[in-house]
Amino acid sequence: MTDRVLLNVVHLKKYFPVRKGLLSRVVAHVQAVDDISFQIRQGETLGLVGESGCGKTTAGRTIVRLLEPTGGRVEFDGKDVAAAQGAELRRLRRDMQIVFQDPFSSLNPRMTIKSIVEEGLMVHGLGSRNERLDKVRETLEQVGLDPSYINRYPHEFSGGQRQRVSVARALALGPKFMVLDEPISALDVSIQSQIINLLVDLREKFGLTYLFISHDLSVVEYISDRVAVMYLGEIVEMARSESLYANPLHPYTQVLLSSIPTMDPARRRRRIVLQGDVPSPIHPPSGCRFHPRCPWAKEVCRQQAPKLLEIDGHQFRCHAVEKEQMGSGDYELPKQRTLPSEAQLEEAELAATK
Amino acid sequence: MAVSDPLITIDRLKTHFFTDDGVVKAVDDVSLTIPKGKTLGLVGESGCGKSVTALSVIRLISPPGKIAGGRILMQSNGKAVDLAELSESEMRKIRGGKISMIFQEPMTSLNPVFTVGAQIMEAIQLHQDVNRAEARRRAIEMLDKVRIPVPEQRIDEYPHQFSGGMRQRAMIAMALSCNPQLLIADEPTTALDVTTQAQILELLRGLQADFGMSILIITHDLGIVAEMADDVAVMYASKVVEYAPVQELFEHPLHPYTHLLFKSRPELGKAKTEKLRTIQGMVPSPLRFPPGCKFHPRCPYQQEICRREEPELREVRPGHWARCHFAGELNYD
Repeated sequence: MTDRVLLNVVHLKKYFPVRKGLLSRVVAHVQAVDDISFQIRQGETLGLVGESGCGKTTAGRTIVRLLEPTGGRVEFDGKDVAAAQGAELRRLRRDMQIVFQDPFSSLNPRMTIKSIVEEGLMVHGLGSRNERLDKVRETLEQVGLDPSYINRYPHEFSGGQRQRVSVARALALGPKFMVLDEPISALDVSIQSQIINLLVDLREKFGLTYLFISHDLSVVEYISDRVAVMYLGEIVEMARSESLYANPLHPYTQVLLSSIPTMDPARRRRRIVLQGDVPSPIHPPSGCRFHPRCPWAKEVCRQQAPKLLEIDGHQFRCHAVEKEQMGSGDYELPKQRTLPSEAQLEEAELAATK
Repeated sequence: MAVSDPLITIDRLKTHFFTDDGVVKAVDDVSLTIPKGKTLGLVGESGCGKSVTALSVIRLISPPGKIAGGRILMQSNGKAVDLAELSESEMRKIRGGKISMIFQEPMTSLNPVFTVGAQIMEAIQLHQDVNRAEARRRAIEMLDKVRIPVPEQRIDEYPHQFSGGMRQRAMIAMALSCNPQLLIADEPTTALDVTTQAQILELLRGLQADFGMSILIITHDLGIVAEMADDVAVMYASKVVEYAPVQELFEHPLHPYTHLLFKSRPELGKAKTEKLRTIQGMVPSPLRFPPGCKFHPRCPYQQEICRREEPELREVRPGHWARCHFAGELNYD
């Protein structure tokens, strides 16, 4: 990993219009991604976690410009992704690739593996016919598929193999950055680790940078250098992986961690069970978006949206991060949790106001 | 396993599908016991036969599939009834009454054109001799028990007005409305988010304490088994390959497949320098099972005998059964 920032996401917003009535008037907006900012350095993997509907997939798609952003900016290698056109955009499309969740619907059933992996090369006019064929074979080998399968169709492959084909399709163009959108959640348990290991190997071999989107916190911890937690379109906490898992500060992160089933039957713990469901992103709650479900919500949380604070590189968006407010009760939380001191909080508040 | 107070004893069950391509032995010689008031976890990957085992118990196997052998004994008023032998009309009294089931996708299991309440009341009136008003009262009570807020209003709403978690709660309310002795839960939380999953699992545990029913929970997630089950059976390629009380299984997995399943998941809070173990290859098709031990082509510990001879399920440690020639002899460090 280098210090060079490869991807810079600045105040990114993506709203979808809600239309109603005879004239399809826009009556409201789904605030799928509402003002998120983060950077990913070259060779780094950022994990993006959250539950369905939190906006993590929309964020991934907007970043690679499969969706046009409503506001904010995405800079890739210093270039503005949304403003890019012509040759510059084509270059960006090679450098940024995406792998989708479901390898059953993301591969065209009427195309052979060869044409699926080759298509990107053809679109970008890379290589002669023979060179492209060599490249397809080489890429298939890199993702652990037998190149002699080249003329087979997707239905002849298992889920894990299909996901390898999806990875090969992305890899063939020699990208620098890949968005991996739930790349293993459609796969069987015994196959998931094969794909995770493959992604880790490829990252090392080609120096790839990943945005790894998932709802599976154990896998995200395993593969990510840093992790961002999304709730209702916002990033509520972001930190280095070790710091986030050992010292979760936002109540929602704590709830997520507490919800994962333990692998130890002797230690069935009391978990923080959330009340209610995720509110609608059309009318997000006032103040802190998490307050209606937060076990520690206080008056200020209902009225005022918390600012994003940062202490030692650990970002969080919460009014209640104070010793008295949290960590009480009989919930099992990470053991060495250290909450920031009042002085640290004040300093962070001050920095955020500037 | 010898269980002192069994509710259901599945004895050498064979459920086969007679397809044009040949006989698919989806469940082949499976014996399991579901104790009264306890939870049996049935784990395995897609196609291993875990769901077909459950569907056989509630007799929802449709042609070309059929129960080709074995017995499913249910203790009822001091007598043992063989569910595999019952006629469809006799079975209909049990299904939804003494045994009920919830499925993975609550949206597809609820009828979108009827209100949630109407569907719960239908189940109640089918099995209990009560009038509409009483059925409605009980349905509201059940919705309240599964913690649907304002149940007297929500009872008249349609499934699409419910969130995913609420739909699964409504399914649970329906399944428990006739006070069944056995609840079969087939991947009940797979379609749900982690926080909702935690809610549903907690709810099921609480309801089991209140109602005292047995639960057969089917899942691919060992974490859910650790949270819910008293006993665990691991299935692979239509057979039970390991069977033990939950703590015993997690502390001493004996079958290489179980061991590798544990090792292939990253564990929270563990160093990530270690590479994940993988299970090479893929689950074999039930039309072309390998000879000998069905796991041998994927097993890093395979020997010559594994290719030749199918191992028996045998008791390797007290109460702990495994189907492996070398169970107990392998060193898993």
